[in-house]
Amino acid sequence: MSTETMGSDSLELKSGLAGFFDDWSSDQRAFKGVPWGKAMMWIFLVSDTFIFGCFLASYMTVRMSTLDPWPSASEVFALSFGGDPIPLILIAIMTFVLITSSGTMALAVNYGYRKNKWVTFWLLLATALLGATFVGMQVFEWSKLIFEEGVRPWGNPMGAAQFGSVFFMVTGFHGFHVSIGVIFLFIFSYKVARGHLETQQAGWFTKRGGNYEEIEILGLYWHFVDLVWVFIFAFFYLW
Amino acid sequence: MDQAVDGHGGVVREEEAIQHPLGIYFKIWILLFVLSAMSYAVDYFQVQGYMRWFLILFFMVLKAGLIIAVFMHMVWERLAMVYFILVPPALLLTLVAIGSLEADWTFFQRGVYFLKELIISAPAPVHH
Repeated sequence: MSTETMGSDSLELKSGLAGFFDDWSSDQRAFKGVPWGKAMMWIFLVSDTFIFGCFLASYMTVRMSTLDPWPSASEVFALSFGGDPIPLILIAIMTFVLITSSGTMALAVNYGYRKNKWVTFWLLLATALLGATFVGMQVFEWSKLIFEEGVRPWGNPMGAAQFGSVFFMVTGFHGFHVSIGVIFLFIFSYKVARGHLETQQAGWFTKRGGNYEEIEILGLYWHFVDLVWVFIFAFFYLW
Repeated sequence: MDQAVDGHGGVVREEEAIQHPLGIYFKIWILLFVLSAMSYAVDYFQVQGYMRWFLILFFMVLKAGLIIAVFMHMVWERLAMVYFILVPPALLLTLVAIGSLEADWTFFQRGVYFLKELIISAPAPVHH
């Protein structure tokens, strides 16, 4: 990390398309002024986009090629609170929970950069709890489908067998991402509360001193999880 | 898009991030709520046909765009980073195109195969 080299970069930074070509044809680093952890998180997220993209493309393929009728998600995921079943209500609530958690995460990143330790801590904790709520509702959804509706990865009583395999694969992978996110949100709310990010104290996991950029990097991951849900909600539940 | 970058990107990032007013996050947050409610309404009021597809995709793209642009700070990034993130996933469209061709063919083959099976299992003899 020689500051001379990067200092010379700063003299020629252009904006717009000229800046794009300059950055990509420059020496040593293409992402100017971006912490390496953030660039690495974005690289991971792009690769994750391909994983979920492949899942959704396969879902399209199996749904288009089956002769059996596709079960109506609107009815399968309806819930009754005493009266008539409300279509898709559980999924709607899960969507709102996840969006709320995305909002608290965005605020946590902002307050982190303001070095407001306790507001950041409470916002991160709220995000973690909302994420845990989402996973809890997913557990409820899965057990309802498995034990009451008899949905299996290889078949179900409502129609096309592929419905079950797609459901468990896609929502399972997404739920796994949420669970990992919740674990890291708890770890980072602890780190924030202990003041590790202000003192740049080395963490047990990476053994390097952290700072509030890490909250932004964690935020990228969390928003991505919400982003994936936007696509799952549209293609799997609403389509 | 103009931003001063010195050797310690982090320092600049922090100052820059502080400059984002909180208001924009609250506005986007509310918008995401409204858009989610509207995409749920598409199902609740059982809008069907092309209108359903259009509305679902429309709200989906808007929500995804807002999350990426503001919550993931994409509007404040340099183009070198923006293109690196947004261009490669466009390749997925190729996969979707291949998948839909394949699916049509499979659907056709299944139709033919299952139809033949029905004819063979029928009691009436077939002339040769």
